[in-house]
Amino acid sequence: MKHRLSIWLGFLVTAIAVISLSPASGQAPKKATAPAKAPAVPKTPWGDPDLQGVWNDATSTPLQRPSTVGAKDILSDEEAEEFQQQLAHDLSRDRRDGGPEADVNRAYNEHWMDSRRLKITADRRTSLVVDPPDGRIPPLVPLPPEREKARAARAAANARFNAGLPENYRDMSLPVRCIIRTDSPPYLPTIYNNDFQVFQSPGYVVIAPEMIHSARVIPLDGRPHINKNLKLWLGDSRGHWEGNTLVVETTNFRPDDGVIFQNANPETFHITERFSRVDSKTINYEFTVEDPKTWTKPWTAVIPWTKIDPEEQMYEYACHEDNYDIVHFLAGARAREKRGETK
Amino acid sequence: MADGHPDLNGIWQAMVTANWDLQDHDAQPGPHPEIMGAYGAGPAGQSIVEGGEIPYKPEALQKKKQNFEKRATVDVSSDKKWHEIGDPEIKCYMPGVPRATYMPFPFQIVQGSGPYILMSYEYASSTRIIRMNSKQEAPTPSWMGWSRGRWEGDTLVVDVTGLREETWLDRGGDFHSDELHVVERYTPMSPYHLMYEATIEDPKVYTRPWKMSFPLYRRIEKNVQLLEFKCVPFTEQMLYGRFSK
Repeated sequence: MKHRLSIWLGFLVTAIAVISLSPASGQAPKKATAPAKAPAVPKTPWGDPDLQGVWNDATSTPLQRPSTVGAKDILSDEEAEEFQQQLAHDLSRDRRDGGPEADVNRAYNEHWMDSRRLKITADRRTSLVVDPPDGRIPPLVPLPPEREKARAARAAANARFNAGLPENYRDMSLPVRCIIRTDSPPYLPTIYNNDFQVFQSPGYVVIAPEMIHSARVIPLDGRPHINKNLKLWLGDSRGHWEGNTLVVETTNFRPDDGVIFQNANPETFHITERFSRVDSKTINYEFTVEDPKTWTKPWTAVIPWTKIDPEEQMYEYACHEDNYDIVHFLAGARAREKRGETK
Repeated sequence: MADGHPDLNGIWQAMVTANWDLQDHDAQPGPHPEIMGAYGAGPAGQSIVEGGEIPYKPEALQKKKQNFEKRATVDVSSDKKWHEIGDPEIKCYMPGVPRATYMPFPFQIVQGSGPYILMSYEYASSTRIIRMNSKQEAPTPSWMGWSRGRWEGDTLVVDVTGLREETWLDRGGDFHSDELHVVERYTPMSPYHLMYEATIEDPKVYTRPWKMSFPLYRRIEKNVQLLEFKCVPFTEQMLYGRFSK
């Protein structure tokens, strides 16, 4: 632990240096097009832009713009400082303002937190969503009754789980069941394990998120998607290069509850991800999702990926293998029912 | 490759039936023939162990037999006994090394220009990273172990330590302890074949180091790709059903 901690602290210093030197500071976020004067991007021996390495996407910047900042998309230095402090306060579990029981519970969970998640993105945006310009995911279209019903069923299952009364393992989310977690696109920052290792070989890019261990293999040879009868938890990805940007289209997602972001419609959900190597330390990760049967219009988010010290390597995230909690949750629920605590 | 080493990139698969038993085995019924019939049955196969037999210490051989008898029994009611009985495969746990190599599923080697080679297995979406020329010791035990690679001529040699003691070597109950040390050798035989050899050392369980070997075949179907065998959902009722409402 001590070794790991010192590495983390070392990274923090690096991260601060990068942020303060970043030429992007104070500029509007760039759209997918490459900057006019791009710095030389490293290439693999076979000529592809080189994305190999371990990257981290942790940030406190929320996916959607919070109402507290009004319509502001980019903050001034002072505003950014205050925004970051407020977010860090809200996310931190090392607090003394909830009474002894709440404070101790929170503190117990503090060690899980990725400390890098307490910083906003270097460009001082108020949301990861960059389009629509209001920084919010567009409203839902009216959903057919069967999808409304499925959403209500999911909400009820979540409520049972949150009340400590899950009926069975299906009341738990896919991450709690150790099926998929941050390994399916779009990649969004979470409370811990925000590392991704990118591997490349001629004709392939492979992204291995630390959590859960599935590697996402992206062929670049122009082959068609697999037959639409085949469905995958991570979807079926195909990539190509546009300049120094890796563009990835993913289809063939399974229809299971929770596989696709916000339970969009598997038949019409479309995601395009763009990985642009901006400089030696940064990949710009941009994704656009559209699904006319779920959202009123497409939306796009941008999340910077920062290269981490190679010393801070990927660890195996074995989840299902020791998922004791799933039994604790269920056995606890059965015990509560026995005692009549059913509400 | 540009660095002068053989190019091991590709999707590979073993054709042996060692996942049922590393040693000689006849065709056999599964653990529940009254329900599964021939579906649960296993194929016959010849031993992939050099000399035919794994050199168990006498007490370890007893444990192997017990493992086999309870291979399809699971009990996760207590954290402490969580891993005591049952083949990890039936619970969809990551298979460890060398078992991952001869599971009846393909795996992909991704060899680029960095100091890492990725091995991505279809079974349980297991992955492992081979750290080339690394001197670092395993930071903690893990299911897929700590792999350090080097080239010896045209052979990729991978030294694997830090394997969780709970992994098994096959459905026959073959096992190891926390002192397992595996040295793998991947040697190209043709554009379509690799020879795989593994030396298994574990002084707690075996009387001497022993070797297994078998070829790996390149999957050459048009547009072949790894699919998913995310088997966790296939195990949940078996593992957790008794705690459900």
